[in-house]
Amino acid sequence: MDPQSPIHVSLRGVTKVFVSGLGRTHALGPIDIDLRRGEFFAVVGPSGCGKSTLLDVIAALATPSEGVVTFEGRPIGNTVPDGVGVVFQENACFPWLNVADNITFGLRRQPVDRAEIERRLQYALQLMGLQDFAHAFPSQLSGGMRQRVCIARTLVMQPRLILLDEPFGALDQQTRLLMGDELLRIWRATGATVLLITHALDEAAMLADRVAVMSARPGRILEVIETGWPRERDSQIVSVPEFGAITARLWTLLRAQSMQALRPEAV
Amino acid sequence: MRIVFYRLLAVLVPLAVLEILCRDRFITPLTLPAPSRILLGLWAVIEKGTFNAAILKTLTNVGLAFVLSVVIGIAAGAAIHRARLLRALLEPLFSTYYAIPIYAFYPLFIVVFGLGDAPQVLIGFMLAVVSMMVSTLAGLDSVPPVLGKTARVLQLGPVETVHSVTLPYAAPYLFTGVKLAVAYAFIGVIGAEFIMSGTGLGYEIRFAYDNLDNNVMYPLILLILLIAITVNMSLDRWERRLRARRGHG
Repeated sequence: MDPQSPIHVSLRGVTKVFVSGLGRTHALGPIDIDLRRGEFFAVVGPSGCGKSTLLDVIAALATPSEGVVTFEGRPIGNTVPDGVGVVFQENACFPWLNVADNITFGLRRQPVDRAEIERRLQYALQLMGLQDFAHAFPSQLSGGMRQRVCIARTLVMQPRLILLDEPFGALDQQTRLLMGDELLRIWRATGATVLLITHALDEAAMLADRVAVMSARPGRILEVIETGWPRERDSQIVSVPEFGAITARLWTLLRAQSMQALRPEAV
Repeated sequence: MRIVFYRLLAVLVPLAVLEILCRDRFITPLTLPAPSRILLGLWAVIEKGTFNAAILKTLTNVGLAFVLSVVIGIAAGAAIHRARLLRALLEPLFSTYYAIPIYAFYPLFIVVFGLGDAPQVLIGFMLAVVSMMVSTLAGLDSVPPVLGKTARVLQLGPVETVHSVTLPYAAPYLFTGVKLAVAYAFIGVIGAEFIMSGTGLGYEIRFAYDNLDNNVMYPLILLILLIAITVNMSLDRWERRLRARRGHG
């Protein structure tokens, strides 16, 4: 990743504390990170460390208890800013709409003319390999295909920042690797900044320019590792020796944290 | 196709038995005329058009009660879904609501609204609206949180989220409410006409009953039966198409 790229997203002293009838839960932070424009940034961490909360805060789906998130130089308020797309782990397809209508759902509510909607739809269908399924309904598709629909729905909005919350978590291993390849192609084709939240170390190591490792709750950034991969890359990178080294380093950092997450009283 | 044949058989065989029993005078015409005679009577009633005004009146009132209960039921259900405290307050009342014989209030409605159509429509509405509200709440409860998040990411406002995301997702549940609302609207309006009113199919059936006029009473009962079955079957077909597309049921 080019360290000269301008900063696209920045978090300063961001924390999240959930207050409920049972008391206060310090879920996240304080966190300081900068995402550079056009980089592929992954966040890994033990379960329950607040990874998803971090994504929600950046997407303005949750407000931070303290600290500031800025996107393209402007602080984020209560509504999701223009130019931010999010793909979730759960199936977020609208079951009553066919694939084409699912993909254009958000676009049809924007001031975009019909020819442009059609053009972007065809592009997204082609990019995600969904050409033959434009008129199918989500119930007729596999989990992987549904997730492609959700990604396509995000892409047609032409986001400059794409946030992915364990998007392949519900998929089998082969599909995950292939979807990873597609994600890399999309990232190169769109030039967007990508933030990927995942619990899969190999996924983070294979896809990202930089990987942030989070601690057990309250989640903090322990270390940010540069992978140093070329921009042109795909899942075959898993056979390069450096891949093993990076994954091993991530695991060393995470192991203690995961143990703590599993047995908090023993540490 | 076979199942349709058996279904027809299940209706036609008892009818044939009834026909024979009636023609043998095992059942006297004063109790029940033969089914074929009822059918002929219905044809005569429709051909003469004596009860057209009553039919129109009843269908209009049922339609009014139905539309009001669906529109208000969905709107109120959606509103209560958002207001957690109100919901906690009202939900126990919903579950005991149908234990109340609403007809007990009918005299009161007449005192308040007079002997026009309003008390009948109100009874039908009151019976139907709560099931519509309960179905709406159940439907909105079934919406996965991720769809709400998706709506926010796609920058939909709260009203548009309800209109374009949560209600469409809840459609199968709403459909259950709609079917119940049709049934309750019929029960409410016709029942009220029976008890106290000057027009409508319920009134005409009761009038015929009071005059031992089986040639009118049974055809009108058959007419109500046919209307209810037709409405319900067309709703069923619509619902099945909707569900097939979404891949469940």
